[in-house]
Amino acid sequence: MRRTNLILLTLVVLLAVVPLFLATRHGGSFSGADSQAQELIDQTHPEYKPWFHAIWTPPSKEIESLLFALQAAIGAGVLGYYMGLKRGKAAAARARQDEPGGTEGR
Amino acid sequence: MHIMEGYLPAAHALAWGVVAAPFVGAGLYSIHKQFQQHPQTKLLMGASGAFAFVLSSLKLPSLTGSCSHPTGTGLGAILFGPSPMAVLGLIVLLFQALLLAHGGLTTLGANTFSMAVAGPWVAYAVFKSLRMLVKSLAVPTFLAATLGNLATYMVTALQLALAFPDARSGYAGALVKFLGIFAVTQVPLAVSEGLLTVVVMNFLVSHSRSELASLDSLRRG
Repeated sequence: MRRTNLILLTLVVLLAVVPLFLATRHGGSFSGADSQAQELIDQTHPEYKPWFHAIWTPPSKEIESLLFALQAAIGAGVLGYYMGLKRGKAAAARARQDEPGGTEGR
Repeated sequence: MHIMEGYLPAAHALAWGVVAAPFVGAGLYSIHKQFQQHPQTKLLMGASGAFAFVLSSLKLPSLTGSCSHPTGTGLGAILFGPSPMAVLGLIVLLFQALLLAHGGLTTLGANTFSMAVAGPWVAYAVFKSLRMLVKSLAVPTFLAATLGNLATYMVTALQLALAFPDARSGYAGALVKFLGIFAVTQVPLAVSEGLLTVVVMNFLVSHSRSELASLDSLRRG
């Protein structure tokens, strides 16, 4: 499991890093696809006026990245808690099994 | 796949809200049922939601020179069926709409439908049909998460094309343009999402055997 996962994670990193080098060379600006769609609408339908605006917008790029990082941290925290708990439980069960005469971990 | 705040005409925004709402209702019911029947899977459900939380916050570079993000909704759909993801996806979208001005309240219905309904249902359908055909768990998991992610972005392109048909080429022309922005960019990211979902699944297979055994959707057939 560990070996397979290491290979898979390496592939994920490559999939993120390779475009950085390839597409930068071809003038990629790495803007968001969501905002590109918004720009396309502004171009093809200049008469369209968004009829509602975000109630609250992060006051700066820094605050926005803070909140994105917070989102990732919450998710990674919960996921990490779950994985750590499971690993610990499995290890404890193995340890109990290894004790002389102990079978309760089964 | 986030349609920005105010970027759907009111009638479209309302219609997608009406379409998405029953799925969210069904999702609440199915989570309630899951917790009652298998309370030991509560933490795993939380972890599935957390997976969607992390993945949808990661804006990754793609070969097209633009950025987009995975959605992370495939994992939960594979484990618990597609229904609960409507609720978990909605929570992610609300967080982003309210705190990040990413997506929006008026477009919440449309975004919920693409990310939290269409993606999970496609992932689930792919997983279920492949699971009957192949013995491995990794291959159906990978394809389910990858295609579910792509489906989300295709639905977004469709939603935008319906709202903003091209002056000359109509709905089809607009769809091609929006797919051009989303679909191609999304392919490597969808693959990443598929790979990461397999990583978590591998972990679950070796460490969460008892929880997995209680999940109906993982059974073959």
